[in-house]
Amino acid sequence: MFNPTSIKADFPILSRQVNNKPLTYLDNAATSQKPEAVLQAMDEFYRNHNANPNRGVHQLGEDATAQFESARQAIARFIGATDAKEVVFTKGTTEAINLFAHSWTKRHLPDGGVIVLTEMEHHANIVPWYLLAEERQLEIRFVKITDDGLLDLADLKQKLVGANVLSLAHVSNVLGTVNPVPQIAELAHDAGAIVVLDAAQSASRLPLDVKKFGVDFLAFSGHKMLGPTGIGVLWGRADQLAELPPFLGGGQMIQEVDLTHATYAEPPYRFEAGTMPVAEAVGLHAAIDYLSTLSMDSIATHEEELAAYAAERLNAMPGVTVYGPTNPALRIGLVSFTVDGVHAHDLATLLDQDGIAIRSGHHCAQPLHKVLGVAATARASFSVYNSQQDVDALITGIESAKKVFNAPAKTA
Amino acid sequence: MNIYQENILDHYRNPRHYGTVPEPTFSIDEHNPLCGDQLHFEGRIEGRRLAELKFQGGGCAISMAAASILAERVQEKSLRELNTFSDADMLEALGVPLSPTRTKCGLLALSGVRKGLKQYTETNARN
Repeated sequence: MFNPTSIKADFPILSRQVNNKPLTYLDNAATSQKPEAVLQAMDEFYRNHNANPNRGVHQLGEDATAQFESARQAIARFIGATDAKEVVFTKGTTEAINLFAHSWTKRHLPDGGVIVLTEMEHHANIVPWYLLAEERQLEIRFVKITDDGLLDLADLKQKLVGANVLSLAHVSNVLGTVNPVPQIAELAHDAGAIVVLDAAQSASRLPLDVKKFGVDFLAFSGHKMLGPTGIGVLWGRADQLAELPPFLGGGQMIQEVDLTHATYAEPPYRFEAGTMPVAEAVGLHAAIDYLSTLSMDSIATHEEELAAYAAERLNAMPGVTVYGPTNPALRIGLVSFTVDGVHAHDLATLLDQDGIAIRSGHHCAQPLHKVLGVAATARASFSVYNSQQDVDALITGIESAKKVFNAPAKTA
Repeated sequence: MNIYQENILDHYRNPRHYGTVPEPTFSIDEHNPLCGDQLHFEGRIEGRRLAELKFQGGGCAISMAAASILAERVQEKSLRELNTFSDADMLEALGVPLSPTRTKCGLLALSGVRKGLKQYTETNARN
């Protein structure tokens, strides 16, 4: 039985008070809190094993290497990859997408090549492409979303004609939409495009299986899945990774360097220049173990039910508009909304006075907010430790915020 | 302290000097892309004085109240006085304690008015 209340006890920060109220943390899509197991794993690493991995032959160096590589293997298992060498450590999803965009484009993209994104992308999957477009001739297309916040698959098919790359979010960080990845990947492959999946919002909420998804690359961040900041992953199919040039240059990523040139290491090390965030990798390993013990299937059910409950409660409030799919089965983990007469920032500030942490603004998805026609939304996003009581606290908080502003009743 | 004091809410609900200025000598947009707050200022400068300032736009209660309060403060002020109106003066005029993040909301209007005055000065320097 999945029990958020007992899970909550594993997260030290969740017992603190904010503004003399118990903390209700609903900003998990921005970053999740960390369980004791993660904090302890990192502490233990620094206290007893810290060294630079894959370099020193001394005992600590061997310890650090073993723990770093063990984290890589755990991640490979977690995402259904056959080979841990397909797991490249990065500092997060953003760096993973930049790495892919830079290296793949350099090696494979013809002039005038076509990159297909969607209107629901986070800036992390838009801006790297804009940066490349300043140097290379490339065309960026955005797949439309439907009024219901779903990816428009008919538009996707059209946009995929002649495309080289499809890069998209698994779960929208604003709408909570779960994109039907296996189906989308098949469409993209049929059109001759390779598929990159931004799993930043799904890694903590849905079972990941790169084989079942049929994608070529997958990116995610540790800190949104109960792990530390500063660590993330780019998974790539072995044959794809083997062909890619390095992204950053430095120590560790080389085979040989002389005074005129360098040859590069095999993946994944080719893409891991400099000293890697080892303690963070160890922390991510602990986070993955923690999530796996709870079971990703149970977490998915929990996150779907909680988002459905929140959407239902919010929809029942006069003057509140909820964005994203109306069918709760197509949404997970988060709900974005606006309250008539109360700006999202004001709502967030007022809720904070009740100890409730939500996000307000555009959530690094300005193009999507333009499509939605709103400048800013409020977002409540969930994790394993959130319960219906947290949603109830949110609803009560919104009620009192509305009173402060005398928000008008919804006009039918 | 609750930042949503009656004074702030009053300015938010009933912004003063909201609208447009006939024959403005400056007209400027200021926005905070992080919040989506958008403000538009129009002003008419006559003989080194800000004869009239009005604003329009939308945003959070803090940025809107700040624009309204600032508009009240700057009417009829000399350019010299306006140039010495500091961030601290603006925050003091608001009279509520703002966190670092919300301070940006509180200073958006002042930034807009400064831009407007700069536009006026630069246009006049060229003429």
